[in-house]
Amino acid sequence: MATTAEGFDVHGDHAHDAHDHADHKPGFFARWFMSTNHKDIGTMYLIFAIIAGIVGGAISGIMRVELAEPGIQYLQWWAQFMGGANDINTALHMWNVFITAHGLIMVFFMVMPAMIGGFGNWFVPLMIGAPDMAFPRMNNVSFWLTVAGFFSLLFSLFVPGGSGPGAGTGWTVYAPLSTSGSVGPAVDFAIFSLHLSGAGSILGATNFITTIFNMRAPGMTLHKMPLFVWSVLVTAFLLLLALPVLAAAITMLLTDRNFGTTFFDPAGGGDPVLYQHLFWFFGHPEVYIMILPGFGMISQIVATFSRKPVFGYLGMAYAMVAIGVVGFIVWAHHMYTVGLDVNTKMYFTAATMVIAVPTGVKIFSWIATMWGGSLQFKSPMVWALGFIFLFTVGGVTGVVLANGGIDDNLHDTYYVVAHFHYVLSMGAVFSMFAGFYYWFPKMSGRMHSEFLSHLHFWTFFIGVNVIFFPQHFLGMQGMPRRYPDYTEAYTFWHQISTYGYYIMAGSMLFFFVNILYALFAGKKAEANPWGEGATTLEWTLPSPPPYHQFETLPVITDSMDYHDHRPASA
Amino acid sequence: MGQMHTRMKLAGIAALAAMAALFAPVSAGAQDAAAPVAVQATAPDAALVDAVTDAANVEVGAYTPMAPTKGKGMPTDPRSDEPGAMAKSLTFQDQYTDNGEYALGMHDYILLPVITVISLFVLGLLLYVIVRFNRGANPVASKTTHNTMIEVVWTIVPVIILVVIAVPSITLLARQYETPPADAVTIKATGYQWYWGYTYPDHGEIEVISNMLPDEEAVRRGEPAQLAVDNRMVVPAGVPLRIQTTATDVIHAFAVPSLWFKMDAVPGRLNEKLLTIKEPGVYYGQCSELCGSRHAYMPIAIEALPADEFAAWVQSQGGSMPGAEETPAAEPEQVALLTAR
Repeated sequence: MATTAEGFDVHGDHAHDAHDHADHKPGFFARWFMSTNHKDIGTMYLIFAIIAGIVGGAISGIMRVELAEPGIQYLQWWAQFMGGANDINTALHMWNVFITAHGLIMVFFMVMPAMIGGFGNWFVPLMIGAPDMAFPRMNNVSFWLTVAGFFSLLFSLFVPGGSGPGAGTGWTVYAPLSTSGSVGPAVDFAIFSLHLSGAGSILGATNFITTIFNMRAPGMTLHKMPLFVWSVLVTAFLLLLALPVLAAAITMLLTDRNFGTTFFDPAGGGDPVLYQHLFWFFGHPEVYIMILPGFGMISQIVATFSRKPVFGYLGMAYAMVAIGVVGFIVWAHHMYTVGLDVNTKMYFTAATMVIAVPTGVKIFSWIATMWGGSLQFKSPMVWALGFIFLFTVGGVTGVVLANGGIDDNLHDTYYVVAHFHYVLSMGAVFSMFAGFYYWFPKMSGRMHSEFLSHLHFWTFFIGVNVIFFPQHFLGMQGMPRRYPDYTEAYTFWHQISTYGYYIMAGSMLFFFVNILYALFAGKKAEANPWGEGATTLEWTLPSPPPYHQFETLPVITDSMDYHDHRPASA
Repeated sequence: MGQMHTRMKLAGIAALAAMAALFAPVSAGAQDAAAPVAVQATAPDAALVDAVTDAANVEVGAYTPMAPTKGKGMPTDPRSDEPGAMAKSLTFQDQYTDNGEYALGMHDYILLPVITVISLFVLGLLLYVIVRFNRGANPVASKTTHNTMIEVVWTIVPVIILVVIAVPSITLLARQYETPPADAVTIKATGYQWYWGYTYPDHGEIEVISNMLPDEEAVRRGEPAQLAVDNRMVVPAGVPLRIQTTATDVIHAFAVPSLWFKMDAVPGRLNEKLLTIKEPGVYYGQCSELCGSRHAYMPIAIEALPADEFAAWVQSQGGSMPGAEETPAAEPEQVALLTAR
């Protein structure tokens, strides 16, 4: 290993070298279908996530338009469009198919691929000074398994799944609705889709863990890693420990469905609630899988645009570890109404509230990072600020729901819908947009429009709040989740919520126009477009980085701390 | 006495027994420990007369469904002209159980203020740093990277807040898990795709099948569409109910927001919980666990009645009050005899 200072000297003209002999890209097919390059794979993940996000977002539009007024307006049309029969039961089944597809697509094919597959693949190697991921071919397998999973899910929409085409089980795939309650192959394909993408994620997780443990630049100790790398490391462990449990649970669903086992069927000595325990043992870590990389990105961005090192770096890193650990022992708060005994419910109430502590540490540390800083409100920073506020709002409603006794009323109502969309569709999604605007110049070599990015931010911010804030009211008034229809009294707030969707959807136009503008007319991005606050290794490379980077490893000297990894000359 | 008291609560006051107490005081001793009679013996005269009047009005089979009260046991439409409708639509439905009031109080006086203050505090800090530390106002960033004191503070203070929340929260859970008394009225709610069935094992195994009313029919009856049902789950008000839930096909959930009550109905399991509804009324709820295509169309309507009216309802369903079969007063001949006097 090049651990000498010489490494840095070579690194100085590395960029030029790179273009000479490191930029030989394979032909189109070999490059994009047999890819072993972490940046290409990251790009494919991001494009894939955007496509999946468009599909998932369009489905949520179908749902919001249907919910704008009581009664069934458009579902019968959609049922026929999807090849189903023209009757009310098929139409209502279509609704369940939409909620299922929206959930699965957004979780497994939008947020996870974007955060971990996209940004993780692109920037973990760059930030730790590695030439690529540890297992480049496995990286490619991970991606294509995810794509295959997506196609399996899409395929399920066109085969019978009970009262109509598609799987109508909800993303949680609870037995016995998903076993004896859904006849036809749709649910099998939906389950298989989870198997495929789950396998892809497990491979990806092992890849990240190996990469981060073995391929850090000389001198970059764990305690000098950027927080984004910490966040991906913790996330990878969560994936590695949680996904096999999901795989087991859904495999049992498959055998219950097809091979006569009765794991979840009381008629054969099984128990439907067992499935829920297994699912949520995966499902709760899963929600942290979706948000932790976002935490990491927000830390990088806040530090960059405050021109200050992250406040309380160790606290921030270990808060994520704590969230990851505690995230594994709170699963039954998703099951407060299944008939848990009182002691179990008390335990899960207390344990769940504990998570608020490390989360609070993170919120306050971000604010303390800005405190005394020199803040510049570039596009990534406004999204990060939006994230901090909206994630706080989503977090505090989580504290309300953590109380088992309070949850007795709110469980499976729109309050829960509002809560998890505040932490995901505002938390995770805001952090992804923040990360996207932060790293887009690095990835593409082009600057996006700050004006359009800010416009996107403000319209999106207003839109999602108009969608989801009134849903707290609906939930407290008793409106249940997963309903295509409702009593007259809920109309007003549902209508407002639907207007919010229109604002949000319109806002996305600014995003797409911005990307097109940047790619075709954006000015060339410098190696470091964000100024002196951007101190991690990716900013030492040109934009876009060479096809293979760090052929000579950068060295993190003893005098460098966790914050600044730039060579002295830069 | 315990038993008698319980039976009073149990609404063992069948109309005929009440008459027996009034018109044939002698028979009180003669009847072998007929509990309803003993109950009446302890009641003040005025109440006695009332009970009898009610009882006389409520003939066997003359049960008529109670009209729901607007804004009670149902969501509030913010567009309606009742005063404060908008404000009512922003929060929980009014509560009609002790535990519901406790939980609502905990939400309104502890949780909501705490989460509002925290959210505003974070918003305030964000606005402050935006104004105070933007590049124009503060061109040179400080290099502060940690401050042990403040880090300890922002770890400990949330812990304290959570402990403050945890105390009433655990108390609430303990209250919700109080075991129903032995003589609580048992009602078993069974979820089916897509309707509810209610059985009354203590009342001669009455079974009520409850389907959603079509929208027009609900409106015609002055009930909220999609919440109204053809046959309600009728229960006595003010007495402990032992609600049991189960299901035969997939998981459903029995939920009534204005009673702060939600319990899953799981195939192969029998869940049980105490419910005491404070006052008569109609309380609507809906299935709250995804159960297939018509998940949205299996509402729950509980009608809580005064004890005597409940007894009348039981009779109208062909059931019997617990202990009634051992009461000679329930024999037709005796009825004839008593009315003759």
